[in-house]
Amino acid sequence: MRARRREIPWFPGVVLATLVFTAVFAAYLAPHSPTEGDITQKLIPPIWMEQGDSDHPLGTDRFGRDVLSRIIYGSRISLIVSLIAIGVAGTVGTLLGLIAGYRGGVTDAVLMRLTDVGLSLPTILIAVVLVAVSEPSFRNVILVIALLLWPRFARQVRGETLAIKEQDFVALAVVAGRSSAWIISRHIFPNVVPTLLVISTLQVGYVILLEGTLSFLGVGVPPPSPAWGLMIADGRGFLATAWWISFLPGLAMVLTVLAVNLMGDWLRDHLDPKLRQLGRAAVLEAPAAASVGPTVDEAPVRGAPAGGGGG
Amino acid sequence: MWRYLTGRVLQTMLSLLVVISIVFVLTRFSGNPVHLLLDVNATERDQEILMRHLGLDRPLPVQYGIYVRNVFLGDFGNSVLTRRPVVEHIWERLPATVELGLVGMVLSVLIGVPLGMYSAVRRGGVLDTGARVFAVLGQSMPAFWLGLMLILFFGVVLGVLPAGGRGGLLHLILPAFTLGYFTSAAIMRLTRSAMLEVLGSDYIKFARLKGLHEQVVLWKHGLKNALLPVVTFAVMLFVQFLGGAVVTETVFAWPGLGRLLLESITTRDYPIVQAGVLVLSALYLTGNLMVDLLYSYLNPRIRHARS
Repeated sequence: MRARRREIPWFPGVVLATLVFTAVFAAYLAPHSPTEGDITQKLIPPIWMEQGDSDHPLGTDRFGRDVLSRIIYGSRISLIVSLIAIGVAGTVGTLLGLIAGYRGGVTDAVLMRLTDVGLSLPTILIAVVLVAVSEPSFRNVILVIALLLWPRFARQVRGETLAIKEQDFVALAVVAGRSSAWIISRHIFPNVVPTLLVISTLQVGYVILLEGTLSFLGVGVPPPSPAWGLMIADGRGFLATAWWISFLPGLAMVLTVLAVNLMGDWLRDHLDPKLRQLGRAAVLEAPAAASVGPTVDEAPVRGAPAGGGGG
Repeated sequence: MWRYLTGRVLQTMLSLLVVISIVFVLTRFSGNPVHLLLDVNATERDQEILMRHLGLDRPLPVQYGIYVRNVFLGDFGNSVLTRRPVVEHIWERLPATVELGLVGMVLSVLIGVPLGMYSAVRRGGVLDTGARVFAVLGQSMPAFWLGLMLILFFGVVLGVLPAGGRGGLLHLILPAFTLGYFTSAAIMRLTRSAMLEVLGSDYIKFARLKGLHEQVVLWKHGLKNALLPVVTFAVMLFVQFLGGAVVTETVFAWPGLGRLLLESITTRDYPIVQAGVLVLSALYLTGNLMVDLLYSYLNPRIRHARS
């Protein structure tokens, strides 16, 4: 166990601050349009290479679009997709988890079977088919990712709820004649918030990778959007002549996901000691048959990324 | 034990039914298949005949029932494009996917186990730190990007390995490594923690006291006992490869099931899409079931905790 430090670790802190800053101020920071290119300026290498052009610090792609501007605008897509998808999945999952855990009985049994089914599906496969058949669009990508993500929240929140429900203050509230809704919202939910924060952070990296994978496969955010996954796919045919088209957005993606993951680890260590034993292995890496929560010690480190962290 | 077993089997069947239902609903939403199958000049009468022939004139629940029955009989219909039975297409592509998955699994064990073992032995050393970086990167890197960068380096810059396609052993190296990298990171971590636990046990101390050679202690007494979770995990990984096959197969133009699936999505050959998803999901779900049962058989604590 690494030493507990109070202050936010610098590497993920700096990377994430930069990311949010560029995403918010993309319009001011990007030197060119992310979607319009000048075909006469196509395939210009980055500035440090021969024939580099200071007008395009990171070079241009096959349509003459500025790679730097596209990466900057791309950060927006990654952030918005993960924020909304996790927001939706977190809300639905938390609600169902709270209800299942608090009500118990048949409600719990039904909801948890549903959760088990959700967790057992091959994520990427289902995502690819769902988006492809429902026409790739920004909205559909978010919906499909949320659909695949909610069981993770439900499972974890339900486990926490079960434990909190047994506490004296809940029993007192019941005796005092409070309604279930009141108890759940006033007593149980606030106690679940730290866990929620940790799971959400740990899912951001996964969502970014999943969105990237879908976009790369051509069933994600449709072109000409500057989604990082799309940019990497764009450069596939130019690996030999213009490697920067694929390499640089991928690097941005790796740095972002790495920073989010490290931040999630740090948050887990500080906010939620209960989760510490879980490790990221259980929370982040379990797209398939995740054993987040009470089942964690029942299975071996569950679920390698189905083909790698979302790919 | 029996309760756990039946519960687990039922759950797998439920998951499978959900996948079948998703696929069924999708096919009904993705437009009338009659339009895909018939010529543009087809009359309304032709359409009616085909609708009846395909059973599309019946109520939806009946259609669903027929669909589920056909799936269980292994009848997925014909490809819209080639008019050949979908099953033939699947059988053509399945071996390539299994081959890649198997090699990827072996590779990830070959990398992950020794790496995890030595980082446990030399805890906190250079190798341990390096191995941790390897593992953290494995969680943060998109597989498709890693694949492309490997192609760039080994295929384009060095020119020593083929960039794609299926052929001899050389063609297997890059895709298998791409698949195996992420899992070898996970295997490494697992081996490391299992080894740390084993190395602290009395019988290892005793083996050392007996004066056994350190390598014998590590490999024979240590690894042998640390291997149970690793082996179970490795089998499970193989199963998961099937789920992630789409990505690696696309990057390396590997003619497997995953690529067939994606190709069929682009050409809107929905019978193949359905069958591909169903076959891959079925393999994936039964594989996971096997692993769970195997693991609970090997580890009594789970057997009792769950039942």
